[in-house]
Amino acid sequence: MKSPSARRLTAALLSLLLSAVPALGGCSKPGAAQGEPITLLNVSYDPTRELYTDLNAAFAKQWEAKHGTKLVIKQSHGGSGKQARAVIDGLDADVVTLALAYDIDMLHDKGQLIPADWQKRLPSNSSPYTSTIVFVVRKGNPKAIRDWEDLLREGVSVITPNPKTSGGARWNYLAAWGYARRKAGGDDAKAREFISRLFKNVPVLDSGARGATTTFAERGLGDVLIAWENEAFLLTGEVGKDEFEIIVPSVSILAEPPVALVDKNVDRKGTRAAAEAWLQYLYTDEGQELAAKHHFRPRSQKVAAKYAHRFPTVSLFTIDEVFGGWKQSQKQHFDDGGSFDQLYVPQAQ
Amino acid sequence: MHSSARRRVLPGFGLTLGLSWLYLGLIVLLPLSGLFLKTFSLSWAQFWDTVAAPRVLAAYRLSFGAALAAALLNAVFGLLVAWVLVRYRFPGKALVDALVDLPFALPTAVAGLTLTTLYSRNGWYGQHLEALGFQVAFTPVGIVIALTFIGLPFVVRTVQPVLEDIDADVEEAAATLGATPWQVFTRVLFPSVMPALLSGFTLAFARAIGEYGSVVFISGNMPMKTEIAPLLIITRLEQYDYAGATAIAGVMLAVSFAMLLAVNLLQRWTHRRFETRPGTG
Amino acid sequence: MHPTSHAPRRNRRLVSGPAPVRWLLIAVALAFLGFFLVVPLVAVFTYALQKGVGAYFDAILEPESWSAIRLTLLAAAIAVPLNLVFGLAAAWLIARFRFPGRDVLLTLIDLPFSVSPVIAGLVFVLLFGRQGWLGPWLAEHDIHIIFAVPGIVLATVFVTFPFVVREVLPIMQAQGHDEEEAALSLGASGWRTFLHVTLPKVKWGVLYGVLLCNARAMGEFGAVSVVSGHVRGVTNTLPLHAEILYNEYNLAGAFAVASLLTVLALVTLAVKKYVEWKAESA
Repeated sequence: MKSPSARRLTAALLSLLLSAVPALGGCSKPGAAQGEPITLLNVSYDPTRELYTDLNAAFAKQWEAKHGTKLVIKQSHGGSGKQARAVIDGLDADVVTLALAYDIDMLHDKGQLIPADWQKRLPSNSSPYTSTIVFVVRKGNPKAIRDWEDLLREGVSVITPNPKTSGGARWNYLAAWGYARRKAGGDDAKAREFISRLFKNVPVLDSGARGATTTFAERGLGDVLIAWENEAFLLTGEVGKDEFEIIVPSVSILAEPPVALVDKNVDRKGTRAAAEAWLQYLYTDEGQELAAKHHFRPRSQKVAAKYAHRFPTVSLFTIDEVFGGWKQSQKQHFDDGGSFDQLYVPQAQ
Repeated sequence: MHSSARRRVLPGFGLTLGLSWLYLGLIVLLPLSGLFLKTFSLSWAQFWDTVAAPRVLAAYRLSFGAALAAALLNAVFGLLVAWVLVRYRFPGKALVDALVDLPFALPTAVAGLTLTTLYSRNGWYGQHLEALGFQVAFTPVGIVIALTFIGLPFVVRTVQPVLEDIDADVEEAAATLGATPWQVFTRVLFPSVMPALLSGFTLAFARAIGEYGSVVFISGNMPMKTEIAPLLIITRLEQYDYAGATAIAGVMLAVSFAMLLAVNLLQRWTHRRFETRPGTG
Repeated sequence: MHPTSHAPRRNRRLVSGPAPVRWLLIAVALAFLGFFLVVPLVAVFTYALQKGVGAYFDAILEPESWSAIRLTLLAAAIAVPLNLVFGLAAAWLIARFRFPGRDVLLTLIDLPFSVSPVIAGLVFVLLFGRQGWLGPWLAEHDIHIIFAVPGIVLATVFVTFPFVVREVLPIMQAQGHDEEEAALSLGASGWRTFLHVTLPKVKWGVLYGVLLCNARAMGEFGAVSVVSGHVRGVTNTLPLHAEILYNEYNLAGAFAVASLLTVLALVTLAVKKYVEWKAESA
């Protein structure tokens, strides 16, 4: 038998539990109806915070001068794939600026948030700035690393993150594959062989680009780190000026981190104008200058010429030329059973 | 008969039963059911291909094996630490006592980074271990160490309150009757601590199975060798394959559930054995 | 409060083994803790302070750190009491009654520990996400659960779910229920009995349960990271903030923020000492 007081308590606890969730939900919702200041959310990948902090501040000032309304741009940073999933699952991004087009493609394929041809809506494949894949070696280059071939030598230890979990590592992998394929006259079997020898020299597969950098820089593991150019600059510039140097291979991939408007979100929030203006701003001279300052290669010829001394010339191929785009390469190389998995798991017949 | 007699005497059965199941249902069962529902979107063949791939099996073996090793280590040393903290006095005891909770407070990623720093070959421990021919970072041993670290408070903190509450009278009586300290320990103390110890062991084990953040830094993540099961879940998610991720997770969950249930049954059995002795019936 | 509980404590040394054994055990325990706890802790602070004390405080005092601290405290402040109430109820139920499904219930309570943190976050995404069960309904009513504070709280409650039960249960079992039965037969109400007889008996279990639950609630990373959305200054908890700083090549800042969480251990110490002092002076 339950006493009346116990029953009352049960009821009270029940209603408390049930009411807790919606009540909290209500109080945390962003003020959608507030008229004046506009808030944008940029969902981006990991090491772009400083770039966007600068860009946002400059753009907000411009916007305020022009429209007289305040503009706040919030930032969210994380692994590229994880960020894309968050947007698909309901994170209210107005714009996304991710590491690879595949992740933005998924906003269409899995979330129907943007049109399929999103990449054609902005100039230069929707990538206002680019980067490439380079090597970082220890000061003095003791293992005499010059090009991709050198990474296969016996006794050379190569650090690159796990392409299954890191978007950056996928660029690394494709850069090596593209080099080998070009060298073999387009023979994918030779490229596979090259990659397989390369990964025999990889002792550790960190889950992210930052982890791989730590393994190389702090743990002293490996002779070469394969990295994005802008992160290589961060590493050699701030952390270890006297410890590391950058080696640029003869051929590499043009890494195009794309940006996109999230149509469904901006239309619901009524922020389309501001979000579009922000994206356009990335292509202006001012935006391009800031990108160059943060070690990304500018698209604008004019700004690129100005910073040419900072970015060595490399023969660059694009992912579309060699691999037929991201969806194709994801399927062929990185999905389960793809070329990367085959390096490690003996194929069952 | 026994149970109905109790139920009449002690109040709150209905209330606590209702509240427990309700809260459990809302916070744990409802969300987890979503996980299994997602898994059911796979066909049986797809499911089997996902969870029985050699790489996944290797990861399961590693995750469960390392978790078991870590939980055993924690059971032995946790019991010792709890004993020392409750029974002995030494300088700095209060500080040591406070430090035990540290592995919970430290974010797992930070713990992983720190441990990797210590055990990698230029780290404080690593350089000496390397000289002796041991490599810890980026090997399964490193995984066990990370899992021992994150599970350390469990055994200490489950055993500690029980030890603190054991009446010393029984021990004293036994000692007066001529029992050696070892006999007092094995015959009197150990049986009463056993349920708590098992409980702590179970928790440390359960926690270690699913751990991700602290392990990925120290494991090296080499497929077939040091790749843990939660990492495979992440790689599935990176491919936007939610169903595959939930399939791997679902199998882990089912196996953990079976193991936890077995331990709980075992515990009830040992508890009952202990309980009947002082004459409850 | 119980006069009997003090007298034996003083005599315990009698049965604690001879001095050499005592010192050996202390030495082994301390060596273990030193290797596994103290040295890592020292390493955290070494990293945190490698750029100097000024940089340390800069990292902690920046506004984004403050908002992360507030959010972390809020999540813990909601998760701990909820789990405490549930934990006491469930421990009472499991310790005092035999009923069908008891072992299953206990095992289900343990389950959140063995769920990988990533999955713990994912289940809430599958439930409340835009494509989840309740997603469309929530979107219609403009209720935000994941990528907002409620999601973070839910994930925290989930991962810290079993602590209180698990700490209170062994001690409740070890103690039996004769005193409760006596109190009840003397006419005390159920609540009075619980508050005045049961609760004091299990206070150590409750204390440890709350402390562990709190520590874990503040330190949780994996599950919260899945449901947070990482919006800086809005949905970042301290552990997430530490991760972001690390990813921005600000290693010292990341460890400075993390070291803040270890200060919790000191709070733990203070709380425990206070409770002990109160118990003894009562």
